[in-house]
Amino acid sequence: MDRSAFTIPVLAIAVLGVLFESEQLTAPPPPDGKVHVKYWEKWTAFEFDAMKHVVDEFNKSQDKIQVDILSVSGIEDKTLMAISGGIPPDVVGLYGPNVTQYADNHAVIQLDDLCKAGGIKEEDYIPAYWNIGVVRGHLYALPSTPATTALHYNRALFKEAGLDPEKPPKTIDELDAMADKLTKRDANGHVIRTGFMPGEPGWWNWAWGPFFGGKLWDGKDKITINSPDNVKAFEWIQSFSKKWGASALQSFKSGFGQFSSPQNAFMMSQNAMEIQGVWMYNFIHMYAPTLDWAAAPFPAARPDLPNPTVIDLDVLCIPTGAKHQAEAFKFLQYVESQKGLEMLCLGQKKITPLRKVSAGFIEHHPNPYIKLFIDMAYSKTTISTPKLGIWSQYNDEISSAFDSVTLMTKTPKQALDDVQGRMQPILDQYLDRLHLRGEQ
Amino acid sequence: MKRIGRREAWAGFIFASPWAIGFLVFMAYPLIASIYFSFCDYSVLKPPIWVGLDNYKALLHDELFWKTLKNTLIYAVIALPAGMATAIILAMLLNTKVKGMAAYRTFFFIPSLVPQVSLAILWMWVLNGEHGVLNPILKTVGITGPNWMGDPNWSKPSLVLMGMWGVGNAMLIYLAGLQDVPTQLIEASELDGANSWQKTVNVTLPMISPVILFNLIMGIIGTLQVFTVPYIMFPNGAPEHSTYFYAVYLYDNAFRYHKMGYASAMGWIMFLMILVLTVCSLRMSEKHVHYQGT
Repeated sequence: MDRSAFTIPVLAIAVLGVLFESEQLTAPPPPDGKVHVKYWEKWTAFEFDAMKHVVDEFNKSQDKIQVDILSVSGIEDKTLMAISGGIPPDVVGLYGPNVTQYADNHAVIQLDDLCKAGGIKEEDYIPAYWNIGVVRGHLYALPSTPATTALHYNRALFKEAGLDPEKPPKTIDELDAMADKLTKRDANGHVIRTGFMPGEPGWWNWAWGPFFGGKLWDGKDKITINSPDNVKAFEWIQSFSKKWGASALQSFKSGFGQFSSPQNAFMMSQNAMEIQGVWMYNFIHMYAPTLDWAAAPFPAARPDLPNPTVIDLDVLCIPTGAKHQAEAFKFLQYVESQKGLEMLCLGQKKITPLRKVSAGFIEHHPNPYIKLFIDMAYSKTTISTPKLGIWSQYNDEISSAFDSVTLMTKTPKQALDDVQGRMQPILDQYLDRLHLRGEQ
Repeated sequence: MKRIGRREAWAGFIFASPWAIGFLVFMAYPLIASIYFSFCDYSVLKPPIWVGLDNYKALLHDELFWKTLKNTLIYAVIALPAGMATAIILAMLLNTKVKGMAAYRTFFFIPSLVPQVSLAILWMWVLNGEHGVLNPILKTVGITGPNWMGDPNWSKPSLVLMGMWGVGNAMLIYLAGLQDVPTQLIEASELDGANSWQKTVNVTLPMISPVILFNLIMGIIGTLQVFTVPYIMFPNGAPEHSTYFYAVYLYDNAFRYHKMGYASAMGWIMFLMILVLTVCSLRMSEKHVHYQGT
């Protein structure tokens, strides 16, 4: 018999089999009678696992709602596209600086009434964190995991440079003097270690002005980036390039590895002192467990600005158009309870945004400096991103000015005047258009 | 029309309809809608509000718009001729009769298959000022390499250098064109005593001029829309916006700053620029491009 007579039926059966199997694999699970809440979160690895644990506990705690958590990269853009496409998740984990832009775009719902009815109260939270979720008097986001920053320094390098590792710098002048002692060049004059670099890790280039008492806007309609205090901060930034050479520092920095890797400059002892957040412990523990380090309040630029710290926060929001808003809020209520937030924040080894901390939270926390980071949240000099809908563009402009100043292609005043000149018309137009829509 | 002809016509339309519907929904509609949005304040999330010529007026006064346009034009002016010359020279070399030519052709074509994102990551390490591969190689011939990506003077040339890596596609098209050059013309010029240079300039290049024109137009479009590699390698157009290109600024306006109306206006200005340059190229080519049989 001709063998080809079998070929077509066999192929047809194989194709049908594959189709059947794929249908089986992709078919939605049978209805379980629960409301499924879609939750998108930006975290990965252990940070995601910590939230997954909270989600699992919530799912176990009742039988009506099932939260399905998904780790999503580039969450800001994808959430916006999903909202505009009419298929948003029910809960989304965003970054604190996103809140104003999202609120102004009506991309997330107001939570005032829900919180009032659900017993989530402002007075339970550390004010700096609660305020991040408030835009034009309304609440749009609730804190998930907060952070503060502090000076991290390499104790071994301190000893090597003849500095006392128990006495970190308390003022910017002391920081500069210690940085000079810690910076090293090789025989050819190349920088091979820096004591401190304002551009490392480079996430808070916008914050140096406020560290020196500067403001980024007047809270209403004026950009104030070229104020004398901000200029002073950028002069300090440029002093490093003047001292060690702009291209020498640039070239040295280009060899730094990625933050979350064993090649991290601080963990490799290439940079002796660095401003970092409460999370730094996790990465040191992971990639450089033998590193001899410590954390201390960041040095003050002025006596009236003690213990300056950047207030950093991840938030939870309910996107506009979410199908299960009531159920999503039930989940938020669970997360925002003391039990939920401590479970999450301890899992991520961060501090909690709540004023009240349960007995054992600090004692069981693996970060040896956790008390310091909690205290920093109550500092007089807390610095957070301005509540401006144009913040991402403003931040990009400040970063560019930072480049010009560190490369010494512009004077600090010139660089900041340029940002001022560019951003003021952009803010004016932004506010005009909000006004045009009757939203201001 | 006869009944059978009409039936065939309908069948044809039905078979073509998936493409036609896809084109209308995903290409034609957004294209036309973007003209309207360019005259609106539009963030995608809120309904568009008509603002007339405001976006276009704002662009005229937007320093960064001019900066990114200038960066893009400088890049195009360097990268386009450099890329075309490299592709033609490689194609000519690969058109010679040498043993193992198939292997050489494969070798030179393979880099163009590397995805853009991988290419960007790879070159970030090649060009790294401290630990990069390129500078030690330059040092062996006595050149002290710059900090390619950190120095505003070298960041654009480094992108041009990377662009050479992907000339494989253009090279392949030139190679096909070169193999189409009639041998009798080459032989006739040899009989007339032409040397290699004269044969190249007077016979080969005129005969592949339609291919050069095609690659020129594709190159203009490609270089003016350069996006992926600078977007990955130079966040925020660093250093100092020296690698901030038009398409990246357009993307930032649309998706990061939520100014879709402004971005649409930028898109239409870019479209008009490419259109003018393409028409100019076609006009100028009338004298210089030779089509066989005409």
